[in-house]
Amino acid sequence: MKITGAQALIKCLELENVEVVFGYPGGSVLTLYDALYESKFPHILPRHEQGAVHAADGYARATGKVGVCIATSGPGATNLITGIATAYMDSISLVAITGQVIVPLIGRDSFQEADIKGITTPITKHNFLIKDVNDLPRVMKEAFYIARTGRPGPVLVDIAKDVFAAGVDFEYPQKITLRGYDPIHEGEEQIIGDVYKELLQAKRPLFFIGGGVNLSDTSETIRKIVAHTGIPVVSSLMGLGCIADDDPYNFGMIGMHGTYAGNMSTTETDLLVGFGVRFDDRVTGLVDEFAAKAKIIHFDIDPAEVNKNVRSHIRVIGNLQWSLNELLNQVINRTKQEWKEQFAPWREKMNAWKLEKPLGYDHNSDFIMPQQVIEKVSQITKGEAIIVTDVGQHQMWTAQFYRFQQPRSFLTSGGLGTMGFGLPAALGAKVGKPEKPVICICGDGGFMMNCQELMTVADLNIPIKIIILNNQCLGMVAQWQRTFYQRHYSHSSLKTKADFVKLSEAMGVPACRLENKKEMFQVIEKALSADGPFLIEIRIPSEEDVLPMVPAGAGLDKMIIGG
Amino acid sequence: MKYTLAVLVENKPGVLTHISGLISRRAFNIESIAAGYTEEPDMTRITIVVEAGDEYELEQVVNQLSKLIDVIKIIDLTGQDRIHRELALIKVKAAPGDRAEIINIVEIFRAHIVDVNKETMIIELIGEEVKIDAMCELLKDYGIKEIVRTGKVAICRGAKAAKED
Ligand SMILES: Cc1ncc(C[n+]2csc(CCOP(=O)(O)OP(=O)(O)O)c2C)c(N)n1
Repeated sequence: MKITGAQALIKCLELENVEVVFGYPGGSVLTLYDALYESKFPHILPRHEQGAVHAADGYARATGKVGVCIATSGPGATNLITGIATAYMDSISLVAITGQVIVPLIGRDSFQEADIKGITTPITKHNFLIKDVNDLPRVMKEAFYIARTGRPGPVLVDIAKDVFAAGVDFEYPQKITLRGYDPIHEGEEQIIGDVYKELLQAKRPLFFIGGGVNLSDTSETIRKIVAHTGIPVVSSLMGLGCIADDDPYNFGMIGMHGTYAGNMSTTETDLLVGFGVRFDDRVTGLVDEFAAKAKIIHFDIDPAEVNKNVRSHIRVIGNLQWSLNELLNQVINRTKQEWKEQFAPWREKMNAWKLEKPLGYDHNSDFIMPQQVIEKVSQITKGEAIIVTDVGQHQMWTAQFYRFQQPRSFLTSGGLGTMGFGLPAALGAKVGKPEKPVICICGDGGFMMNCQELMTVADLNIPIKIIILNNQCLGMVAQWQRTFYQRHYSHSSLKTKADFVKLSEAMGVPACRLENKKEMFQVIEKALSADGPFLIEIRIPSEEDVLPMVPAGAGLDKMIIGG
Repeated sequence: MKYTLAVLVENKPGVLTHISGLISRRAFNIESIAAGYTEEPDMTRITIVVEAGDEYELEQVVNQLSKLIDVIKIIDLTGQDRIHRELALIKVKAAPGDRAEIINIVEIFRAHIVDVNKETMIIELIGEEVKIDAMCELLKDYGIKEIVRTGKVAICRGAKAAKED
């Protein structure tokens, strides 16, 4: 019996175990929405397509499943772009479904036509345009397979409106034949032996972990290797949480706002082993001076990442689930004792750096310090909450001061640095992980970029907690202007007549404002323990800097420490 | 240095957009690109000549192109025992007094005259890049009105097909 393309699409979603889609209707997807109505497929309606795609992204980051979003043709589809690019830069598995004008109208500048396949080509792992309903089941199968396997990423499927109405004998393919796509799982085994030999030779080794460890769910294996060998660990922004913050071998984040100990050890190490990292310029600083004394070993699933930014001496290509397990099997050939003795002097040195210049701030200030707020939130939640940030100073303070214990618990736009990501991503994360507390930390600037999603949060009673660290300016921009542009605060002030508490309440999310330092602990605690969603605006000083800071293009040891 | 790559891709709509999009986004230096059907109906072969500073740069080109889902295989033909050819069509001014000389040049290069009118001739030449360059150089004196070149295509000598490696 024939079913419609729209019904077929929903069948595909069911067969791919999709629990929920985030979407926004419009002309070219009306037939699909009618099928959603009939089937009662779980659907969340944000108030902007950008909200839909970031929510699907947050859902994917928190759960490890594929996030799915839907938009109509033309403006609906183009509203997805920032979100797709955000997911692409951080290798997040998404399937974005867009409607397209009917086949005979394609290519004629028809009403609400946009070449979304062309537009998204540089920001998707792959994309498709379906013009024949018979292709639909196969394409959907391929789209989900491509999005979730290998190095994950967003896949866009553009579907002409008439395809949704056309009839099809539904058969979901069992097998996938993609001659050009064969994601490598296992690499060459003997290469792990080479890595092992390098570890035996090393005096000052350093593990550098990134988003790939989060994405491959291998944090446990890394923790075992570290516990057995005592090799110190540093992390990129995207790798935070993979090793517990209070692990004695953890030396925090490296890069532009990395810790002193982390950046110094990266400069001094003689063997840097990167796991699922891409040596982004925010991490390396001046690339020629990055880990200049070290041999570099690079573990990654994507062969194109190796030697892209930094030259590696050994490459280990394959899924980290394979390579880290192999490495673990090898390192246990030696005793803990033997390993730890080998690296004891190095760790002592690193500990000395850590003690010499720990992360800090002015504890005696009369103002509410943002770092202290993050520390409080961390204490209250024991480092176990899912923390979603926006982009700016608050994001870096969160990275520095929240004591992450778990992988997939720090959700942030690392690669693209997308302001407006926080609120919708937090919403999506909570939908995916209802049992976990989800806290969104925003600046007063980025919060406004998708603040319409407060309505979604309120209307669906999604119990996330939102903290706005209000410094009344575009803090990160202002910091650069202060540091490099003689305090010319060009258009970075956000002094406003608007009232965040009223705004939030007007949209249906109860809120309060915190201005008095004395009430801080109590107010935050109360806000976080509210039953439903809650927003808290916290007034912080305008001129606080994120430190340390490596000026763009300088070596990592050229940190501005301040204090 | 110049490298010649044979890129085997799925014969699907949008493949060329994916490839050209990637090349421009990653700022690769592409000298020529020539695509056409192959012995398999669902496969297209693209010959790309790329200028790369060193082997690392070339490795990036190959690895990034390989990531495209529709790219089946990439073979580096550089340095292999291969034949490469390009086709050029050249419209040259041919005043009655110059015709004999031009025909002479055409014969020396083993080219063909494929169209003639009162003022011009169209010459078809197949050969390696340098040969085409040399002929164009000679024809310049008579006045070249138009040149169209296909870009290089290449194939390895021997019994094996590139896809079999
Ligand atoms: C969409 C977008 N536009 C502009 C920027 C550039 N930018 C980076 S941080 C920043 C300031 C963010 O200010 P706010 O949200 O108040 O956070 P704060 O830095 O004060 O914590 C800006 C404008 C960006 N990252 N994303």
